[in-house]
Amino acid sequence: MTIEKRSSAFEYAPAPESRAVVDIAPSYGLFIDGEFVDAAEGRVFKTISPSTEEVLSEVAQAGEADVERAVKAARKAFEKWSALPGAERAKYLFRIARIIQERSRELAVLETLDNGKPIKETRDADLPLVAAHFFYYAGWADKLDHAGFGANPRPLGVAGQVIPWNFPLLMLAWKIAPALATGNTVVLKPAETTPLSALFFADICRQAGLPKGVVNILPGYGDTGAALVAHPDVNKVAFTGSTAVGKEIARTVAGTRKKVTLELGGKGANIVFDDAPIDQAVEGIVTGIFFNQGQVCCAGSRLLVQESIQEELLDSLKRRLSTLRLGDPLDKNTDIGAINSAEQLARITSLVEAGEAEGAERWSPACELPSSGYWFAPTLFTNVTQAHTIARDEIFGPVLSVLSFRTPDEAVAKANNTQYGLSAGIWTEKGSRILAVANKLRAGVVWSNTFNKFDPTSPFGGYKESGFGREGGRHGLEAYLDV
Amino acid sequence: MPTTASTALPLKDVTASDSTLRRYLHGLPGVDAVGLEARAASLGTRSIKTTAKAYAIDLAISMVDLTTLEGADTAGKVRSLGAKAVRPDPTDRTAPATAAVCVYPDMVAVAKEAVAGSTVKVASVATAFPAGRAAIGVKLADVRDAVAAGADEIDMVIDRGAFLAGNYLKVYEEIVAVKEACGASARLKVIFETGELSTYDNIRRASWLGMIAGADFIKTSTGKVAVNATPANTLLMLEAVRDFRAQTGVQVGVKPAGGIRTTKDAVKFLVVVNETVGEDWLDNHWFRFGASSLLNDLLMQRQKLATGRYSGPDYVTVD
Repeated sequence: MTIEKRSSAFEYAPAPESRAVVDIAPSYGLFIDGEFVDAAEGRVFKTISPSTEEVLSEVAQAGEADVERAVKAARKAFEKWSALPGAERAKYLFRIARIIQERSRELAVLETLDNGKPIKETRDADLPLVAAHFFYYAGWADKLDHAGFGANPRPLGVAGQVIPWNFPLLMLAWKIAPALATGNTVVLKPAETTPLSALFFADICRQAGLPKGVVNILPGYGDTGAALVAHPDVNKVAFTGSTAVGKEIARTVAGTRKKVTLELGGKGANIVFDDAPIDQAVEGIVTGIFFNQGQVCCAGSRLLVQESIQEELLDSLKRRLSTLRLGDPLDKNTDIGAINSAEQLARITSLVEAGEAEGAERWSPACELPSSGYWFAPTLFTNVTQAHTIARDEIFGPVLSVLSFRTPDEAVAKANNTQYGLSAGIWTEKGSRILAVANKLRAGVVWSNTFNKFDPTSPFGGYKESGFGREGGRHGLEAYLDV
Repeated sequence: MPTTASTALPLKDVTASDSTLRRYLHGLPGVDAVGLEARAASLGTRSIKTTAKAYAIDLAISMVDLTTLEGADTAGKVRSLGAKAVRPDPTDRTAPATAAVCVYPDMVAVAKEAVAGSTVKVASVATAFPAGRAAIGVKLADVRDAVAAGADEIDMVIDRGAFLAGNYLKVYEEIVAVKEACGASARLKVIFETGELSTYDNIRRASWLGMIAGADFIKTSTGKVAVNATPANTLLMLEAVRDFRAQTGVQVGVKPAGGIRTTKDAVKFLVVVNETVGEDWLDNHWFRFGASSLLNDLLMQRQKLATGRYSGPDYVTVD
């Protein structure tokens, strides 16, 4: 009695998460002063699911008049909110954190629908971190006197916050949690391709009984963000997104009294030394560049591998990439989901074409792409040099450029030879080398023998064109305090 | 298909002396425990249902080394174990036979008779199982007895004391000697007792040591200590056999043993096999489960898939 060998031995059954746990309304308004309202000019835009191109909802698009209304509401709310004892503000934040935990399955499915990233990432990475950020900053709210910024540090006022589409709810948490804990009020603009989770968050604020006007959400495009950043009654600007927009914002606020933090692009180096734990390094490389389809500003998009193990490592990496599963992001088995938008897919495609045109060697595993939606197969470029576009420009997609080095000094020189400086990784079994190399890397986060690990207690931010200021940790409070 | 391990001994140079062997084993890539365990855990979240589950259950049944290793084993118990291995589910003849029955050397003849005429192999834990603390002459005599009685497979334990003391050459030479005693007829499974080796680096070194010495299978544990097979140590050993084949062309099997009791656990191990070494290892010539209670859970899950109802422990046989 032998069992029949199937042509493809082990096919996992699809295991899609139920969409029934989330109830998406056909349309949403702006969230101003505790109410959902229509945009003053009556404009709306559609938000779609990148994996199917299905229209999920129609969302009000904020214009200048709406920014005016929202900032006014936030200013009014600031008087009372900032006067509350820290312990009182903490209660609201703890309440929000708990509601997020209770509704985490719903929010995870929503985020996957609107963003295209796999459910296992929204469920196991994004949502737990979102709740953790609110819990963490709730803990700081009544301890600001002891945070090392002097006695009785004061909030700044109204914070205008603009967040990207790659981690919609997590970036919201990074911005709103410290702002509220320190006594500021908020006007936040989510990205035009992923407004839904921020609007669900608005509902959570109401559920938590947060005073009206403390949090305002204004979906819209770049012009909405520009109007918010330029508004004279905004005291603090926080932005996460592209370097180009970051520079624009820096120009806008130059000469004003506004405080700014910018968290921008990156081209992280992931350095693998010849004594690295190879199998785990391969996992780390995969996490580094294929997490969230590579749409991560701190992605390890440049692999620097010591020449002596390059061949062995690349063989392992290619074999591993062949096991990645691309497809329906709501399926628990999916490792690689959809690219967030048609525009982003076009940007990735054109940079990858530039890589080929410049002579780098392109490789992807055999991989069937779904017929609708925006998809890009995991891609590896070898024969890349520092001079190639794909070694310099941020691709923001599942594309890894592989370079080699011979000595630790050369690795450091190549890793630092970039206009960015957000993240880096070091893989070696030698502890002294980790410390020596980490000290020389010009990057805000240096991971060793791991990659893309986040924690609310750990400050995050960049060097050079990756921006300035830090979010997370005790350092993250400073951006929202008059110190 | 790659050849099985032969006495031709790949990587012969590294076994020239204790120091060359040590240098080689310590030059293997290290293992980062956090990363290894995270990878094993992430593979455990794959969803196996319906057709994939039916396939996995039958595959797992066919990979079981149905084991009884008690001081109280009797000929009667071994005979009923053999009957069960040949026909695990008397109510459903489509259930595949297990890979082998695994018994102490003195029970090999009984087991052999019990499975006669079937595909089921007889494996025997020779070499002073489970401690392995006996003179080499005693261990070899144990092996020869079992082989003479008809054992198709020998499960040997390594001398963990010698390994932990760094006497790698001694461990190597013992495996070589046992392999020789197995002759051409019996395949050799080398048990490391990973729980006693304690670190993942040690497990990788032991895996390579065993393979260089000619093991046909590398096996996690005896089932007699606190920590036995885990998804992480099995993943690590699968990486070792994969790399060994890439380097030498020789394919070696893997057998996690001890502590795998449920269908859910077994399926997780199969996912680890599937995504680490792939189809080449997804049959019972190259992958086994050393287990005694696992089979009944597999059978109950199998019945549930077939009938839509959960039958309960009285609908599968004991022993």
